[in-house]
Amino acid sequence: MADFNVTTRGVGPVRVIDLKGYLDAHTAPELEQEFNKLIDHNDYKVVVNFDELKYISSAGLGVFMAYVETMRENKGDIKFSNMQDDVFNIFDLLGFPVLYEFFKDEKEAIEKFNQKEKS
Amino acid sequence: MIPNNQKIINELVVKSTTDNLATIRKFIRENTSSSCVDEDAISKIILAVDEACTNIIKHAYKYSPEGEITIKLQSDNKKIIIKIIDEGKNFNPELIPEPDLKRLQKEHKGGGLGMFLMKKLMDKVEYSNISHNRNQVLLVKYLI
Repeated sequence: MADFNVTTRGVGPVRVIDLKGYLDAHTAPELEQEFNKLIDHNDYKVVVNFDELKYISSAGLGVFMAYVETMRENKGDIKFSNMQDDVFNIFDLLGFPVLYEFFKDEKEAIEKFNQKEKS
Repeated sequence: MIPNNQKIINELVVKSTTDNLATIRKFIRENTSSSCVDEDAISKIILAVDEACTNIIKHAYKYSPEGEITIKLQSDNKKIIIKIIDEGKNFNPELIPEPDLKRLQKEHKGGGLGMFLMKKLMDKVEYSNISHNRNQVLLVKYLI
C-alpha cells in the first residue's frame, strides 16, 4: 500500500539518492538498506534529491541522523536538495538546517562536494 | 460549514503494523477535509497521528502485529480532537527529553524525534491510562 521508491545513481564521485512518495516508519528500512549499500561500496558523498518526495515522518528523518556521522567520518556527507516547502518545514521544526546543508538544486549540492575535493 | 454544536465522530480500527500507517493517514485526510480545515493544519494533524501510531507500534506493541489501534476523530468548526487508543505496554512519553540532534547523530541514533514533533504540530498532546490495559493519546488542534 505504501507508495515509496528509492533509487541511487552516480554523478562523478557523488551518489545521488532519489526519493519518491511517502517516507514513514514502514518505508524507512528501504532507505536504510540503500545507505548500507553505499557504505559497503565505500561511497560516502551523498546527495539526497527530494524532488518527488511527498511526505516524511520522523522515522525518515531518523535515517539521515543515523548515517550522517559515518559519512562525515569518512570525508563525506549527506546533503539535501530539491525539497518541497512542506517537507522542508518538518526538517526545520526539528532543527536540521543547523547541522545539514540544504540546496535548491541537486547540481549545487554536487558542486559543493567537488569544490571541497579541489581545495 | 459545520454548525457550532454539531460534532462529527469517525472511527478506524487497525492492526499494529507499519503498513497500516498509509491507511491511517488516508482516514485522517478523508475525515478532516470535510471540515473547514486548511491544508497546512490537515498536514500537521496527519503527521502527528502518524507519529503517535508509530510510537504505539514501536513501544507499546514492540512491533507485534497482533495489537489493535483505535483512532477516533471528532470535529466541530473550532477544533479537531483525535483519540488514539491501544492495549499495549504503557509508556510515558512525557519522560522523553527534548532530542539533542547533535548527540543523537554522534551516537548514530535516529529515534526520539516523534514525540517532540507531535508537540510542535498540535495544540495539545496528552497521554493517559484510561483503564487497566488501555492507553490513550489525545491530540487537539484548534482551528481558530
